[in-house]
Amino acid sequence: MRAELLIHAAGPCVTLQDKGRYGYRRYGVTPAGPMDYPAYAAATQAVNANAAIEISLGGATLSCTGAPLTAAIAGGHFDCRLDGEKLPPACRFMLTPENTLTIRAGEKGSWCYFAISANLDDNKILGSYASHTRSGIGPHRPLTAGDRLLITPNLSSDIELEIIQAPWLSQNKKPIRVLLGPQQDYFSNQNLERLVATQWRIGAQSDRMAYTLEGAALTHLRGHDLISDGATMGAIQIPGSGIPFVLMADCQPTGGYPKIATIIGADLGRIAQYRPGERFHFEVVTLEQALEARQLLCEALSIGASYAKLNSNFSNLDLLSHNLIDGVISASDEITQAK
Amino acid sequence: MSIHNPQFLNQGEAALVVEFGDSVDPIINAKVLFLEAALNSINLIGLEETTPSYRSLLIYYEPLVLKRTLLIEIIEEILAKLDNPPPLISGRTWTIPCCYDLSLAEDLNEVAQILSLPEEDISSLHTQPKYRVYMYGFAPGWCYLGGLLQDLSLPRRLTPRAPTPEGAVMIGGGLSLIATHPMPTGWYVIGRTPERLFRLDRDPPFLLAPGDTILFEKITLKTFYDLERCVKNGEIIAKMTDFK
Repeated sequence: MRAELLIHAAGPCVTLQDKGRYGYRRYGVTPAGPMDYPAYAAATQAVNANAAIEISLGGATLSCTGAPLTAAIAGGHFDCRLDGEKLPPACRFMLTPENTLTIRAGEKGSWCYFAISANLDDNKILGSYASHTRSGIGPHRPLTAGDRLLITPNLSSDIELEIIQAPWLSQNKKPIRVLLGPQQDYFSNQNLERLVATQWRIGAQSDRMAYTLEGAALTHLRGHDLISDGATMGAIQIPGSGIPFVLMADCQPTGGYPKIATIIGADLGRIAQYRPGERFHFEVVTLEQALEARQLLCEALSIGASYAKLNSNFSNLDLLSHNLIDGVISASDEITQAK
Repeated sequence: MSIHNPQFLNQGEAALVVEFGDSVDPIINAKVLFLEAALNSINLIGLEETTPSYRSLLIYYEPLVLKRTLLIEIIEEILAKLDNPPPLISGRTWTIPCCYDLSLAEDLNEVAQILSLPEEDISSLHTQPKYRVYMYGFAPGWCYLGGLLQDLSLPRRLTPRAPTPEGAVMIGGGLSLIATHPMPTGWYVIGRTPERLFRLDRDPPFLLAPGDTILFEKITLKTFYDLERCVKNGEIIAKMTDFK
């Protein structure tokens, strides 16, 4: 059975992503993959998919032909509507050929993931479906109005609308945790303190490659020229201007600016969801604390989300969606109980 | 601790930088590539990917599976077996045809002016040395070649020039490189090769590996276009000698 996913409208930077194209960084190939991996995982786990459409603040309108599909959305708090009716920000539902799904920037978040229970008919490029726009690698360019994705739906029975309850989707205002380095010795103690003391804002010049940070300029002790070395998502680079930028999912595999600190794995999805203008602080943590946070997130992801049916009308929807924003505390409780 | 005395730096909790120095130096780079090859040959569970650069190896690993302390112990064990200085030839040698005709070498005039050299000297100086593939970076298939003669050393442009065509052979910052697809850069274009270093429709998609040696062979404009046709038909025209 064949079906198609139709893109009726898409803002800039709406792309097809899977976990990423790993193993080729030594040849200059960026892995790409989702900006917010845990949110991507929530959407794909819900429908057993191996790829998702990553939707930017520009939004997207989609429908399908050929067969009804089990679909899921998760990430941010986007305004998602099925034929005009509001959906919870993270849920799974049936998308039938009669439906139109519109996803727009809602109250919070920068990225929303849309996944369906189907296999893509595209060929993988170097083992992955991920789109890297800058180098043009991936089966699809950024998706635009008129694009059609050929798919083979998985056999699935009708499901009722269900909320995805995944503790890691909670957003909170806690600081973004970093490990210092690898080049903290390029900076004075005063500048390291400034990294933590400054209230940072995500700059307008932010995209899948890097988020610029506004709030302070940091100065180098011994120049900003560095012999290029490997660079990873989350690294905070300080160029000659002193304006920091955080490398994100589409960053090059190597970089030539000193990296003052690196955001820990558990907080990469959180910073990815911040919008331009959103304010936050950095907090320096130890390696042990970073590993503990990583362990918590990994355990939560492997336990997976739970799914709760919603009464047919969405009257309690706002209440319900807000009840889910409890923060990481509830996540760690659940994990302790599950052990 | 080995005589190579690397620094172990964290880039987050899941990436370890093993740094052997802070200069572009074949001996430092040889240590990086030796460590990379050794790590990848032992099938270490939890080791995910490695990115070599001029002077350090970035190791991506899953720290919940492979403990940092164990990873460092293994690295120290590997390095204890490495001579100092390490053997330099670790890869293959390639002869890559390059045309320095002004119609394909947009910046050759400018380079000659900046360096106060006659135009015709640029190609003979560029084809003289053996180059070392230090690392990839910037974009798929872009690899950085060390060994450029001091006579051709000039700083990169302060503001990037318009995107270079595929196959552009460039110099800048004391290095040379061969462009894959068009990108704006601060480097100077002094020639073009019909060879493609990166092709998704070819197996392997990447022609060169870090540690390989490159020689440039000067070709005429006519040969360039003849070879370009061969490349379009899927041929690999660079000549390879394997010393392994």
